[in-house]
Amino acid sequence: MKPHVLLVFPHPDDETFGLGGSIILHAQAGTPITYLCGTLGEMGRQMGSPITANRETLPHIRKQELQEACKHLGISDLRLMGYHDKTVEFEDRQAMVDRIFQVVQEIQPTIVYTYYPGHSVHPDHEAMAEATIEALERIPIENRPVLYCLAFSSNHLEVLGQPDVVVDISSVAERKMNAIKAHYTQSAKMLERYEDDRQHAELRHFLEAERYYTYRWTKA
Amino acid sequence: MQPISPEKVQLLLEQFFNRDVYLHLETTNGSYAVLRGEKTISVGSFVRNVVVRFERGMITGNGPYRVGLKMEHGWIYAEGLTDWEPDSTQNGLLLAGHDEEGRLMIAFQLSVTPFGTESGEQE
Ligand SMILES: [Zn+2]
Repeated sequence: MKPHVLLVFPHPDDETFGLGGSIILHAQAGTPITYLCGTLGEMGRQMGSPITANRETLPHIRKQELQEACKHLGISDLRLMGYHDKTVEFEDRQAMVDRIFQVVQEIQPTIVYTYYPGHSVHPDHEAMAEATIEALERIPIENRPVLYCLAFSSNHLEVLGQPDVVVDISSVAERKMNAIKAHYTQSAKMLERYEDDRQHAELRHFLEAERYYTYRWTKA
Repeated sequence: MQPISPEKVQLLLEQFFNRDVYLHLETTNGSYAVLRGEKTISVGSFVRNVVVRFERGMITGNGPYRVGLKMEHGWIYAEGLTDWEPDSTQNGLLLAGHDEEGRLMIAFQLSVTPFGTESGEQE
């Protein structure tokens, strides 16, 4: 099967912070990447520094930021699902699973990335991760793509152990940084903090390695 | 946005008296507040495009500011407002409160037409 990566996340910037480097590495290997992005992050609290957005302009700005970040990451196929930030868990779950499954059938991904259910903190993350897993479970287990899940709940190491996948992204750190910068409203404040300190632990955490868990299917 | 000019906001508020207008009111301490400490929980609420009608309304305080709108059967109240959109007109008034890091903590908005429902769905 031809390699094809599918990303399923609810907010513009989820892809960049969590696995921007891994995406760039996939793109460099010539693998096509499809991104199903759930919302426009219209309820975000970060408004840029200095503040450039308000509640009404934020979705338009974040859509442009996402398109720009996708260029830096090498994502050629961006698909917006049109949900509203913070409300994904209240939507018709079966309809959401159907939409994800449709895309899965169309592009036949070999690798899928989403959040780890129960360990992704934001209810939108949880809802999309659950829907993604449910969609993939419609495929017979022997044909399912590999599913990698990001976790960042405060107890994820205790419960899940160390992530089994650690990707060294130092060779593409600068390009990941460009994608982070593209999400200006969401990253400007954070980047200000590190302006004089490129070795800052929080920044290094984003730029050295990315970690995720291979999802173990519980349903055949 | 820019620091609130209470005189200008008061004049605009009065343009919304006694007519049906759309309200967006929101407070939040962030979905990730829960990660900041064991005892912190994420708290927030929003209503968007709810139709309201009020007969009086005032902005008060010395900054941060408060707004109270009196309706036939109740009140709309917001506090912690620091900034406004100076492009606000009698058709739409945007106020917000940001913390010292520039993060939005409260949004209070009135409009004579529904607020945008830009969904980002594939055009
Ligand atoms: Zn997110």
